[in-house]
Amino acid sequence: MAATLSVENLNVSFTQPHSSIAAVRQVSLEVAQRECVALVGESGSGKTQLFLAAMRLLPKNAASDGRVLFQGVELLGADNAALNRVRGSKLAMIFQDPMTSLTPHLRIGTQLAEVLVQHAGLSWRDAWISAGRMLERVRIAEPQRRLRQYPHELSGGMRQRVLIGMSLLCEPSLVIADEPTASLDVTVQAQIMGLLRTMRREFDMALVLISHDLAVVAGFADRILVMYAGRIVENGAAAELLRRPRHPYTAELIRCMPKMAGPLAPRMATLAGQPPRPQEPQPGCAFAPRCARAAQRCRAERPPLRTLGAGAVACYFPLDP
Amino acid sequence: MSALARNAVARFRSNRAAVAALIVALLIIVLSIAGPWINPNGNDTLDWLHTAARPGLAQAHWFGTDRLGRDLFVRTLEGTRVSLAIGLVASAVSVLLGIGYGAIAGYVGGRTDHLMMRIIEIVSGLPLIFFVIFVTVIFGRNVFLLFLSIGAVAWLTMARIVRGQTMSIRRQEFIEAAVASGATPARIILRHVIPNLMGPVIVYATLSVPQIILFESFLSFLGLGVQEPGASLGTLVADGAGELQAAPWILLVPGTFLALLLLCLNICGDGLRDALDVKEG
Amino acid sequence: MARLAAMVRYFLTRLATAIPTLFIIVTITFFVMRAAPGGPFDEEQTLPPEIIANLQNAYGLDQPVWRQYLRYMTSLAHGDFGPSFKYKDFTVTELIRQGFPVTLKLGSIAIVLALLLGIPLGAVAAVSHNSVLDHATMSLAVLGLAIPSFVVLPVLALLFGIHLHWLPVAGWEPGSLKYLVLPTAALALPPLAYIARLTRGSMLEVLQSHFIRTAIAKGLPLRTVILRHAMRPALLPVASYLVPAVAAIMTGSLVVETIAGLPGIGRYLVQGAVNRDYTLVLGMVIIYSALLIGMGLLVDMLYAWLDPRVRPQR
Repeated sequence: MAATLSVENLNVSFTQPHSSIAAVRQVSLEVAQRECVALVGESGSGKTQLFLAAMRLLPKNAASDGRVLFQGVELLGADNAALNRVRGSKLAMIFQDPMTSLTPHLRIGTQLAEVLVQHAGLSWRDAWISAGRMLERVRIAEPQRRLRQYPHELSGGMRQRVLIGMSLLCEPSLVIADEPTASLDVTVQAQIMGLLRTMRREFDMALVLISHDLAVVAGFADRILVMYAGRIVENGAAAELLRRPRHPYTAELIRCMPKMAGPLAPRMATLAGQPPRPQEPQPGCAFAPRCARAAQRCRAERPPLRTLGAGAVACYFPLDP
Repeated sequence: MSALARNAVARFRSNRAAVAALIVALLIIVLSIAGPWINPNGNDTLDWLHTAARPGLAQAHWFGTDRLGRDLFVRTLEGTRVSLAIGLVASAVSVLLGIGYGAIAGYVGGRTDHLMMRIIEIVSGLPLIFFVIFVTVIFGRNVFLLFLSIGAVAWLTMARIVRGQTMSIRRQEFIEAAVASGATPARIILRHVIPNLMGPVIVYATLSVPQIILFESFLSFLGLGVQEPGASLGTLVADGAGELQAAPWILLVPGTFLALLLLCLNICGDGLRDALDVKEG
Repeated sequence: MARLAAMVRYFLTRLATAIPTLFIIVTITFFVMRAAPGGPFDEEQTLPPEIIANLQNAYGLDQPVWRQYLRYMTSLAHGDFGPSFKYKDFTVTELIRQGFPVTLKLGSIAIVLALLLGIPLGAVAAVSHNSVLDHATMSLAVLGLAIPSFVVLPVLALLFGIHLHWLPVAGWEPGSLKYLVLPTAALALPPLAYIARLTRGSMLEVLQSHFIRTAIAKGLPLRTVILRHAMRPALLPVASYLVPAVAAIMTGSLVVETIAGLPGIGRYLVQGAVNRDYTLVLGMVIIYSALLIGMGLLVDMLYAWLDPRVRPQR
């Protein structure tokens, strides 16, 4: 079956007055139909830029090359009309800060209805009614009242629900959720993740979950991709990867997850060092400076992403080969 | 020159429009000062043979003459001199006033600052021309008051900018150190706050000159500013306005000079603002 | 319905602060003028003191100041601005009634023009950031801002009036629009340029916002994104500028009326200043201040529409 989303050798760089910064380097990945893929990495790893590039939402000073195929349509070179047919309808994105992602001077109902008016050709009245029904589906109480309200009258959690609902209005084939719970309270986080799970089941769609927090995606995703310094360093089935990580970075991430079970450790585990700054590309593996297993070869030559078992790893000395 | 200044100069130089504007402005200034040596016709010399003569380089009067036979080239340069002089002096005064006001408000802070800013808010809401008219009604036409009101045009922005900068500088640590070591507020303001203000001050001082010249020529045009027989660009344009149909150059010559001068000064000021990366507020 | 009531209440509260402000302005103006040295008859040819005393009596100038003030305020309440000291046959009220409509027409057309042209120009410049169009528009804006209206208007008159004969150079005919074309153009130019710059800068900022990113990600066409999502927040600085814009237009109208020979109230203000005609100047100040304050009120209401967060909560 053809993949819903296929990214081939995507590079994204930002041009500054005197330099060019590469945020995403040679990334290839696939999202199959109805699959839930999690993309995990620290801030600055390029995970958000990757999908902003796919959706052609990057600012003017960004350059991207490579191929992004969505249901067979090449997105990077598509003209605006074709792009806008896909965006917001079959391919939707939920951004990380609900507090600023809604237009302050438009009512919730307007912002939801316009998606249907634009893509499904509904009249404003019908679209408004459908919007109300969507608010019910995302478990917002008093939907009719909320439709008429402005974003600042809703809490952060509610706004995130609205954004989720907004992405689902046209029954997308793929939804990209960028850190959907990053700016929310812990209790609300759990609710939102639960909502996403339910929606995914009800709408039968593929989901990409971007997060810096492995704990959030554990138990949620089918497959996990780990990114470091603009590259994919590991790719594997979720349960497998969490039980037997291959890349040292992945192992460190897992080690740093707070453990709910077992005795309390005296100190939280942390990863020493910093990710490399994008302006200073090093030869060799980007993780080498922080890797306990790094050898001369690692520093000299960058390890390519190689298939290993059911997944892939970019490391010369993977754990548990 | 510090690295910051060198950086700024480089940025300014790369702004071709600003550099061109600077050159033109300097040319005008030099011309207006050197004018009397280039063209011997006096400012008040009436040439009865050539009243309202057309301009032409081959003619006796390069830029033509006005209705009374006065050479326009000389008159225009004189007007430029007067307008520039008023502009620079009033600008200097307003800059000093603005810096003083803003520095005090920003440094002292609290209720004093609040009050001072309220005053600025109220004053800036009033169109200045009405204030001038007011003053003229009450006190009659008075050169001193003229300068005062003209200078009042620009000090508001300067005060606001300086206050903002002072407040942010005030919070920095080296000020705390100075206070701790017993320096008086005046000394701190003079030695620490003011040198750090140089960037915005230069920009807004430059921008205030055309503002002031504009206002002065506006007043002179209306008859509230410089009086006959003194000439400023404003009065010259006013003279020309009456002769538009018969002898348009009487207006066009000083008008062009005025427009060019203002344009170039504004572009320079904008260029400086970009070069020094100064932001409002 | 409840929202409408809240808005009306908001308007009334604003009005309640505006009226005292006007009152204070009038009072201060009155007392400052009375306190100044000299008087409206100083410039007259030397008159025998009895005649001056008579004149002073006739105009009520020999009364104690506070009584003059009361007298003025009461007649003001009846819409009577008092007699003009210089234009002996007219009361200030009559002069205002004659000239105000002209000035009002001139000014309103100018501000509308500035907004109707300035905003789209700025928006287009912002959307086509760093393009030739952007640079061209902004260069024109610098020109419009720097060149004074009393240079622009004669040049326009020269070109369109004298050379091309398309429009009249100066003059006025009640009800005829063509006399207003050049003056309003010259008057509107500086605010137009400023509004274009403001809109461009503000729009550029708004376009970086997250909610614009959301709107684009929804697959909305650019025009919808700009008009429905970006325009209103981008216009907030323009709304702030409206009151200074009207003030600038008021100022400019003095010159434009003079050059174009328009019978508005602007020339009364200038003449009143030169002639030290107290009541005339006082009357003008009141009119202009009332206009500005009224404008401020309008802008407050405009803010509430542009940004729902400002609106009074139910």
